[in-house]
Amino acid sequence: MKSNTGTTWPTADMTRIPYAAYRDPELYKEEQYRIFRGPTWSYLALEAELPNPGDFLTTSVGDTPVIVNRDRDGVLHAFVNRCAHRGSIVRREAFGNAKTHACCYHQWTYNLRGDLVGIPFKNGVKGRGGMPNDFDMSKICLQKLVVESYRGVIFGTLSDSFEPLEDYLDKPITDHLDRLMHKPIKILGYQRQYIHGNWKLYTDNLRDPNHGGLLHMFQIRFGIARLSNWGGARLDKKGRHNISFTAEGTDDSGETKDYDATSRGEGRLTLKDTSMLKYLPEYPDRMTLSIMSIFPNVVFQQIGNSLATRQIRTRSENEFELYWTYYGYADDDEKMTRHRLKQANLAGPGGYISMEDGEAIELVHKAIVRDRESHSIVEIGGRGEPQDQDTLVTEVPLRGFWRYYCEVMGIEPDRRQV
Amino acid sequence: MNPEKARDSLRQLFADYAASIDDDRLEDWVDFFTEDAVYEIIPRENHERGLPITLLLCDGKDMIRDRVVSLREANIYNIHRDRHVVGEPRIIELDDSRYQTETSYALFQTNQDGESNIFSVGRYNALVSFAGGRPLIEKLTVVTDTASVKTLLSTPI
Repeated sequence: MKSNTGTTWPTADMTRIPYAAYRDPELYKEEQYRIFRGPTWSYLALEAELPNPGDFLTTSVGDTPVIVNRDRDGVLHAFVNRCAHRGSIVRREAFGNAKTHACCYHQWTYNLRGDLVGIPFKNGVKGRGGMPNDFDMSKICLQKLVVESYRGVIFGTLSDSFEPLEDYLDKPITDHLDRLMHKPIKILGYQRQYIHGNWKLYTDNLRDPNHGGLLHMFQIRFGIARLSNWGGARLDKKGRHNISFTAEGTDDSGETKDYDATSRGEGRLTLKDTSMLKYLPEYPDRMTLSIMSIFPNVVFQQIGNSLATRQIRTRSENEFELYWTYYGYADDDEKMTRHRLKQANLAGPGGYISMEDGEAIELVHKAIVRDRESHSIVEIGGRGEPQDQDTLVTEVPLRGFWRYYCEVMGIEPDRRQV
Repeated sequence: MNPEKARDSLRQLFADYAASIDDDRLEDWVDFFTEDAVYEIIPRENHERGLPITLLLCDGKDMIRDRVVSLREANIYNIHRDRHVVGEPRIIELDDSRYQTETSYALFQTNQDGESNIFSVGRYNALVSFAGGRPLIEKLTVVTDTASVKTLLSTPI
C-alpha cells in the first residue's frame, strides 16, 4: 500500500513498518492535521491540576500550543493559545489563575470561554485610528477545542467529527481509568524529557511488552521480574489503545536459560535497600505494573505505587517532549506519599526501568535516516489480526497502533502479505 | 571552625565531588555522603511550587550505592563524558561543625561524536558536616533549572 507521500507499506497486518514513517517531514505535517486535529481525542491535563475557577495551564496538542482553563462557573474549556489578531502566544505562563487572558502584544483580551472581550483603543483616539466601525468583536474568539472529561482526565479535540469520548476510549480503557481514578487524586509534580527521535518510536516502545525484560535489565540483574512472569496486553476493539500489564513474583517457569543467548542475563545482584521495590496493594487485582497507552498522545503508568501520566508533545518528525505528571491519592498519608516519591525512581527520565527508552529511541532514529523503503520486522507474538495477548513475549499491540494510524492517515492497505 | 578554613574545605569538597563524577569514579562519589544522607535531584519548577516529585531520590547511602551498582551492572544509557563547572559556595554556618551551602553548577555532556551540550544547570543545596575534620554531605538537593532532561538521566549531577 502507498501513503500520500509515496511510501510503500508492505503488509496490511503491519508486520512491516517502513522507516519513512518515522523520518518523512511531509508525513509529520499530515499527522498534525489528520491525527492531532483529526477525529481523535488528545489528553490535555488532569482536573486535579485545575481545582479552582480561573485556574489555567498551557499544554499542547501535537505541536499546537493550547490553553486549558476552568471558567467562573467551574466549566472546563480549552483553546489554541494563539491570538486571533496577529497570531501571538496569548498565555505565556505554564500555569496560574486568571480572570481573563490578555495577549501581551496588543492587549487583545479573551474571557475564560475564549471569547474576545477587549481591544484597546478600539474606537481610536479623537475619532482617528482604531478598528473599522463595522468590526464585530463578538464573532472573534480563540480557536476552541471540544473538551470532555472522563474520571477527572481532560481530553480535547479540534475536529468537529468525532466519536463520543467514552466510545473513543472504549473498554478496557474506561475500566482501567475507573480503576486508576477510583478516588480523588493529588498532583505530586512534573518531569520532562526531550527525546531526539520520532514520537511514534515512543508509541511503539509503549506497545511492546517484549522489550521490558530485555532492554531494562535492572529487573533481570536484580531478580525482580522476568519475561516469564504472568502478564500480557489488552486492546480496545480497534486496537488503537492498549494496556500492557504484569505482576511481580509470578514467574513460575523456573527457566533462566532463555537469557543465555543474551550478553547480560548472567549473575544476580542484590540491592542494599529494597524499600523502593515494595508494592503496597491498592487495587482489587494482582497487576503490579500496568502501562496504558491511549491513541494518540498519552500513557498512564502504574509502576507499583508510582502513578503518572506521560503526555507526548510532538515537536517535529525528529523530536518530541515527554511530559510526566505524577500523582497520588488525596487521602494518602505522609508515609504513602514518601513511598510513592521513592518508587518514582523506577520510571521517569532517569528511572531504573525506563532510562533505556530514551537511548533506544535515539539509536533507532539515527540508524533509519536513509533507506526509507526498508522496514522493521514486527512478528513477535505472531501475524494477522492484532488481538489480546496473554504473554509478555509479544509486540502485537504495536501493530494495532499502526493499523489505526493508517486508517486515520488515509493510507489504503493492500492485502499483500510477507 | 575557623571561617577561612571552613571555606577552603567546602570549596575543595565541591571540586572533589565534581571531579569524582567527571573522572567516572562513581564509587568514590558515594563516599562524599554520610550513612543516612539524602541525595535528590529536583526540577526547579517543582521545587518552587512545593511539588515534591524528584528526578532521582536516594534516601540513605545504601540507595546511593545501589544507584552506582545499577549504572555499572544493569542500565544501558548514552555513552558520554561529564564535565562540571562549579561556582563559589555561598555558606551559612549553622553551628561549629555544620554548614548550609548553595553552589551553582553547570554540567556539560560530551558524546562520542565529540559534541558537547549543556546537560544541566542549577545549584547544589548542600548540608555539610565536619566529622573528624573531613567534610561529609548529610543532604544534597540538586535543584535543576534545566527541567527538561535531554534524552535521559543516568550518571549523577
